[in-house]
Amino acid sequence: MIKAILIFNNHGKPRLSKFYEHYSEDTQQQIIRETFHLVSKRDENVCNFLEGGMLIGGADNKLIYRHYATLYFVFCVDSSESELGILDLIQVFVETLDKCFENVCELDLIFHVDKVHNILAEMVMGGMVLETNMNEIVTQIDAQNKMEKSEAGLAGAPARAVSAVKNMNLPEMPRNINIGDISIKVPNLPSFK
Amino acid sequence: MCRHSEPLDRLRMPAPIRLRELIRTIRTARTQAEEREMIQKECASIRSSFREEDNTYRCRNVAKLLYMHMLGYPAHFGQLECLKLIASQKFTDKRIGYLGAMLLLDERQDVHLLMTNCIKNDLNHSTQYVQGLALCTLGCMGSSEMCRDLAGEVEKLLKTSNSYLRKKAALCAVHVIRKVPELMEMFLPATKNLLNEKNHGVLHTSVVLLTEMCERSPDMLAHFRKLVPQLVRILKNLIMSGYSPEHDVSGISDPFLQVRILRLLRMLGRNDDDSSEAMNDILAQVATNTETSKNVGNAILYETVLTIMDIKSESGLRVLAINILGRFLLNNDKNIRYVALTSLLKTVQTDHNAVQRHRSTIVDCLKDLDVSIKRRAMELSFALVNGNNIRGMMKELLYFLDLCDPEFKADCASGIFLAAEKYAPSKRWHIDTIMKVLTTAGSYVRDDAVPNLIQLITNSVEMHAYTVQKLYKAVLEDISQQPLVQVGAWCMGEYGDLLVSGQCEEEEPIQVTEDEVMDVLETLLQSNMSASVTRGYALTAIMKLSTRFTINVNRIKKIMSVYGSSIDVELQQRAVEYNALFRKFDHMRSALLERMPIMEKVTNGLTETAQTNGEAEPMKVEPKLLSTAPPSSNQANDLLDLLGGSDVTSVIRTVPPSKPNTVGGELLDLLGGLDLSG
Repeated sequence: MIKAILIFNNHGKPRLSKFYEHYSEDTQQQIIRETFHLVSKRDENVCNFLEGGMLIGGADNKLIYRHYATLYFVFCVDSSESELGILDLIQVFVETLDKCFENVCELDLIFHVDKVHNILAEMVMGGMVLETNMNEIVTQIDAQNKMEKSEAGLAGAPARAVSAVKNMNLPEMPRNINIGDISIKVPNLPSFK
Repeated sequence: MCRHSEPLDRLRMPAPIRLRELIRTIRTARTQAEEREMIQKECASIRSSFREEDNTYRCRNVAKLLYMHMLGYPAHFGQLECLKLIASQKFTDKRIGYLGAMLLLDERQDVHLLMTNCIKNDLNHSTQYVQGLALCTLGCMGSSEMCRDLAGEVEKLLKTSNSYLRKKAALCAVHVIRKVPELMEMFLPATKNLLNEKNHGVLHTSVVLLTEMCERSPDMLAHFRKLVPQLVRILKNLIMSGYSPEHDVSGISDPFLQVRILRLLRMLGRNDDDSSEAMNDILAQVATNTETSKNVGNAILYETVLTIMDIKSESGLRVLAINILGRFLLNNDKNIRYVALTSLLKTVQTDHNAVQRHRSTIVDCLKDLDVSIKRRAMELSFALVNGNNIRGMMKELLYFLDLCDPEFKADCASGIFLAAEKYAPSKRWHIDTIMKVLTTAGSYVRDDAVPNLIQLITNSVEMHAYTVQKLYKAVLEDISQQPLVQVGAWCMGEYGDLLVSGQCEEEEPIQVTEDEVMDVLETLLQSNMSASVTRGYALTAIMKLSTRFTINVNRIKKIMSVYGSSIDVELQQRAVEYNALFRKFDHMRSALLERMPIMEKVTNGLTETAQTNGEAEPMKVEPKLLSTAPPSSNQANDLLDLLGGSDVTSVIRTVPPSKPNTVGGELLDLLGGLDLSG
């Protein structure tokens, strides 16, 4: 079972954190920090497997990571997962991101965290591998995005209108139109008899 | 101002910013404090937006909240909002809502139960993607209550023909079974034709489901054994099918599915002859035909090897498997080497001879740069040491001990001692090896190494002169390594006469005078580098020399009287007692300080009798003797027992310094009204 999937950059800033077991929020942040600490110390020419830290649970768990440019992709797994298999899974995940975002880079992950979560949800569910066929995943993601877009198109019109109005710079509307003393000279009209 | 301007007020408030903008803003923060301020400001506006129950922007606000949560800021006030989003009709809302639920909620909050009804409706939704969202969320964080309520829906979806939903339902079922194991029976009928699917996604998750069920229940395991032929067929198709662009990963057809099936086969074939036999052919086929140039191929091979080793495979297959592991060891990819060493470690007990063939490669891995690989190689090397290869292996291991990181030294030293004890070809070799360990990694050896070594030396009678000579030379060079120095001091005290007499058969004897030996021992006594235990050893050694040396007795007496007022209580006590020995019990001194007899080895609480050396009777080391020994009629014998017993204790058991105190106490008792101030 996969216990957690973490993506963070070379400085330890989290770009995605997904936990498949319950940890309190403080523990989650500690795990991210500790994992970064362990992984960033590693040389480039050592193997991609690490015994896990203290927090993410005992001797059974391993950290399997890959370093791409400015990002670390870390999967924390227990002994029921094949280490080499997880390495391949990370590769498939990154390639899928690449396909969905067109030459994915860190900025894409920063600005579209929710989309990355959606892609991950099509690959790993409940800590287990769901789908590994890249094309299949991309097809499903595209279909769901289309659904979102169509909702935004028709049903989104009122929302967009409201936004447009709210963002308009409406000047202060005059309340009491105080015409003041306008002396309107009413001409002395002769009475029609 | 009139009150009806409230809607106008609202119009005038700016719309909540989009997620993108929030991220952009936060990235401009230069300090943690600045970022915290921005986040707090945004949280406040999100909170007020939530209060207004604004449906239009809820989605956007929750998305921002999730982003802030990822950075580590509290976001629990958004939990209920997630639930509202889930209940919305729009797919966009549901998507964010379910994501939020998975990230922010868990079964410890009662709030999560409110989701149950929504999920139930969504599981029956007309759009498959909504059903997918519901399955995903239930499968990730569903509590046992939720699982109980919704298991029926999941079971229904497990039988659908829609492969997108079927694969998700399978994994959801795994989660349900994990949370509520009693429900496992319920899913049994649905598994009947899971393996008939063509869709690889469904196949994959089905195998996961079957694996989970087999792991949890031996009955299920027996029941699913009949699936072995079908699994073998699927695997065969994957290998033989040729190029299939859909499932191709680096030239191999769906390696993930292959690995999963191999794992399930492993479980089914364990301890079952028929199943194991049914898989033999396919395993051999996979092992020989898989392309090994890329990681995917190696992942499959690795899984195959593990399966072969775990089931009741024929011996030819097992040898094939171990040879594959041996090839892995030569692979350039360090991940592969690591994985190979781990598996070899698991199989070395059962297939010892086959693993022996790869010994030289394993020993080479000791020189690898990677710490994890070095550790595995060290453990494996110790497992492979036997009577035949002990000399060669020990050379490599000592070399490793010299060069390795400090974190390995303690384990390596212990390992070497154990191996040497079991397989030493000769006493001299044994002593040499231990000497080398002490000089190379002396400060890292464990505490029990010293008494064990002293016992070994005592029992190798013919080596006494050689040993004391070597130790003397080593101590001269370096007095900082405590275990070495302690053993050295003890030996010099015990065999100092052999040292100065210049008789050594094994190697060239060195010329040492009594004064030189005394100098070394005194240096030990006075040096800052010596631990207090070491000082104790040195003092006793000096005392022993009073009967072995002839010209330095006065010097020894002087040392004892000086240390009679040492501030170290242990040294003081010893010195006082030895003083007493000089003054009042000189006639007993030579008997008391006689050469130590052969010690019996106390292993696991049982005493084995070692060979006698004819000098003195072998003494039984009885633990009870040490704590309370009532004085018997023959006082001299008692003293012999007590002193002899305690000495042996302090050497064999790493006894805290207090032990000799009891003996000293008893000695004092026997000596009657001794004036300590003297």
